Formats: sequence, structure tokens, C-alpha cells
Amino acid sequence: MSLKSALGRAHGLGSAKEGAGHFWAQRVTAIALIPLSLWFAVSVIGLSHADYAAFKGWVGKPGNASLLLLTILTVMYHAQLGLQVVIEDYVSCEAKKFASLIAMKLVAAFLAVFMTVSILKVAVGV
Amino acid sequence: MTTRNRPLSPHIQIYKMPLLAILSICHRATGVALALGTVVLAYWLASAAYGPVAYGHAQAVLGSALGKLVLFGWTAALFYHLCNGIRHLFWDVGHGYDIAAAYKSGRIVVASAAVLTLLAWIIA
Repeated sequence: MSLKSALGRAHGLGSAKEGAGHFWAQRVTAIALIPLSLWFAVSVIGLSHADYAAFKGWVGKPGNASLLLLTILTVMYHAQLGLQVVIEDYVSCEAKKFASLIAMKLVAAFLAVFMTVSILKVAVGV
Repeated sequence: MTTRNRPLSPHIQIYKMPLLAILSICHRATGVALALGTVVLAYWLASAAYGPVAYGHAQAVLGSALGKLVLFGWTAALFYHLCNGIRHLFWDVGHGYDIAAAYKSGRIVVASAAVLTLLAWIIA
């Protein structure tokens, strides 16, 4: 016997299983990525002819390193949310869907960590 | 048989996609392309972490004709997904739903993405 209302029990039990969490996360990261991606585009344009020393000097500035990390992590989070929807839409076999979702999320996690370590190594490494 | 001129339901192979449908699938396609492009981004950032030689090699690869072609496609995809993403955010808060407004915002998105892409490559 639950004290929850009928509506309360039904919440989150739709086809998405988790309510609007995914929707919100996608929108919040999208909003964050408007300024971040513009900053990233302008920065990469500025770095297009940079040699190693110039690149290291640029990443070595704490503001640049912070914004770059924030961009990378937000991009990877937003990307795996989007790819999840694409897989859920087009892969109808449950086993293949489950396997590709797990594989995609693990690859996204690896790329996020790999890029984070790379940025930190250049930014604070010797 | 006089029924041969009856309208048939559109089949995907003979159906002319309206602009709004093309823009919609392009948002998804550019999203997937950008997600795949994070591998290139990781390659570039990691090359710097592996040292000056690896970084120089990555710069040469990305600066080659094929590298520039991939980067140009990536830039176009980024600006399209960014502009159309803003269009989606306006829809999320309930603006611009009627068909005329959707066409207008769609054309603005295509024009803005094209201008931003060309601008980025003229400056770079």
C-alpha cells in the first residue's frame, strides 16, 4: 500500500522511463554550448596557424584551459544524449539497442577523459 | 480503368521532401557528424599532449587538402547545428510554430550558418 497518488505512481513510467530528465539535460547543455562553441570557434580560428609553443602558451592560460575543459565536457555530455536518441530511434532490436547504447556511452566517456587528461597535461605539465 | 489518376500516398522514394523536413533531418545528421568529429578533436588535443613532434604531425594532417575538407565540413555542421539548435530552443518555449514562421526561421538558419562558415574560413 503506497501513500503516493495515482499520478505520483505513474510519473516516470512512460516510454522514456525517466521522465523529462533527458530532455532537460539536452536543453541545458545546448544553452551552455551557445557561448562555449562560439568561443571555441573563435579560439580555434586564432590557433589555426599556431606552432606547439603558441598552442601550449594558449592552453597554459587558466581561463583558456577552464573554458576548453568546460567545452569538451559539455560537448561530450550533449553528444551522448543526442546519439542515445538516434540509437533508440533507429535500432529496433532490443539486444542490439542495449549493446550499442552501452558501447556509445563508454566511448563517449573515454573521449571525455582522454581529452581532459590531454588538456591538463599541456596546461600544467612540464 | 478510370481510377488510375487517383492520388496515391507519397512513398519515400518519390516524395519530394519539403524544406522543413530537410532541415529537420539535417539537424540530426549534423549532430551525428559533430559527435563523430569529437574523435578528430581528441586526436588534435592528444597530439599536443604527446609532444611537439606529434602536434606538428597532427597540424600537417589537419592542414592537408583532405584535412581541410573535413574541417570545412565540420565547421559547416557546427554552425548549422548551432543555429538550428537555437531555433529548436525557441520552439521549446513555444515560439514560431506556425508554418510561415517555421519556413522563415529555417531560411534564417541556413543563411546564418552559411555566413558564419564562410566568415570563419575567411578569417582563419
